[in-house]
Amino acid sequence: MRYIHLVAAALAALYALPPLHADAHGFAGDRFFPATLLTDDPFVADELSAPTFTRDPTDMDGVQTFGLDFDISKRLTPDIGVTLSQGWQHLKAPGTPGVMGFTGFSSELDWQFFTNAAHEASAVVGLHSSWAHTGRVQALGADDFTTLSPLINFGKGFGDLSETLPWLRPFAVTGALSVDFPTKTESNGDPHPNNFNYGFAFEYSLEYLQHHVKDVGLSAPFDRLIPLVEVSFTTPLNRGLGGQTVGTIQPGIIWSGQFMQIGAEAIIPVNRQSGHGLGAMVQLHFYLDDIFPNSIGQPIFGQR
Amino acid sequence: MRRHLARLTVIAAMLLPGAAQAHAFLDHAVPAVGGTVSIAPPELRLFFTQELEPAFSGMTISSEEGRSIATGVASVDPQNRAEMVLKLPPLAPGHYRVSWHAVSIDTHRTEGAFTFDVER
Repeated sequence: MRYIHLVAAALAALYALPPLHADAHGFAGDRFFPATLLTDDPFVADELSAPTFTRDPTDMDGVQTFGLDFDISKRLTPDIGVTLSQGWQHLKAPGTPGVMGFTGFSSELDWQFFTNAAHEASAVVGLHSSWAHTGRVQALGADDFTTLSPLINFGKGFGDLSETLPWLRPFAVTGALSVDFPTKTESNGDPHPNNFNYGFAFEYSLEYLQHHVKDVGLSAPFDRLIPLVEVSFTTPLNRGLGGQTVGTIQPGIIWSGQFMQIGAEAIIPVNRQSGHGLGAMVQLHFYLDDIFPNSIGQPIFGQR
Repeated sequence: MRRHLARLTVIAAMLLPGAAQAHAFLDHAVPAVGGTVSIAPPELRLFFTQELEPAFSGMTISSEEGRSIATGVASVDPQNRAEMVLKLPPLAPGHYRVSWHAVSIDTHRTEGAFTFDVER
């Protein structure tokens, strides 16, 4: 019993201590990269997306879906982090009652192996895993197989451009490339190809413009806005589906505050296979390293 | 009961946020970011979104050619710990670059740079 109290006191004291140094977030030198809604981020962080609401464009068969996704990212060390994700979806096919349920659990292990402050650049390699039988397979089409996807994400800000190009310096681009390796080649006759996934976010940071380039008189909340356009594509590589690319273009805006950000984007399918009509995505995203700087906002190892 | 209390203490210490703390972003500066002044400013004042740790925050100024301008040490205003001040020597007309780094009171670090001009 006394042991429990000693441990409790020691842990409480440990977490009450100020950290020696806290970083995280998507910083590379002067550049702050927000967590984008569609494109995987080029940094590890202690952050929580809760929730991401998605109303997809209607698909080729007239199926309408909306979903809620929850993601939590946690740094194990200052440069290594994990992300756990769970989705919930409501699906309505023409002439049938709607169904709902979990869409599947996924995890990701990332290593931020590169950061260059002077050139506002960072990069991550990692492994994304979507796990079999963690969602409603029959009703929602959740996967009955595990997919492993090695990935590389990168970000580059253009604040290092010449001062003669002040209006271009707030630009930044992030990108995410991955290849899917499903652990089954087919389910009930439906092939599971290897896919090449590629996406980019093109951002124009008004925060950067106002606070790093030129005071143009923007005040809150406009000085924390980041208009952006995200694009994401998936191209099957084999198993009879090669080249049938699907994807979306998503213009939108992110407001980044001290403790959280809010993002909203329209979803425009790039071709008929990607759906028709418009969709929308809205995300609440919390910076755990700012909300809980002395506890769960810290990496588990490596900074105290 | 006491065991539950001890567990609650640990959980509360881990989860409860302290005072409002976060990364310190630059809010505004005098002279203004990217601005032009007609008279050489006697000091630089940077205003941040969070209170700063004086020992780990600072700024420097350099000329257009990249030559460092000799100044004293930047200080955090004790009346407003979100404000950092650097006293300047008389500046000749020209283009100047200010580089700052800020550590907020919860030790989050940010950095940045901007330029301003003293009218020729």
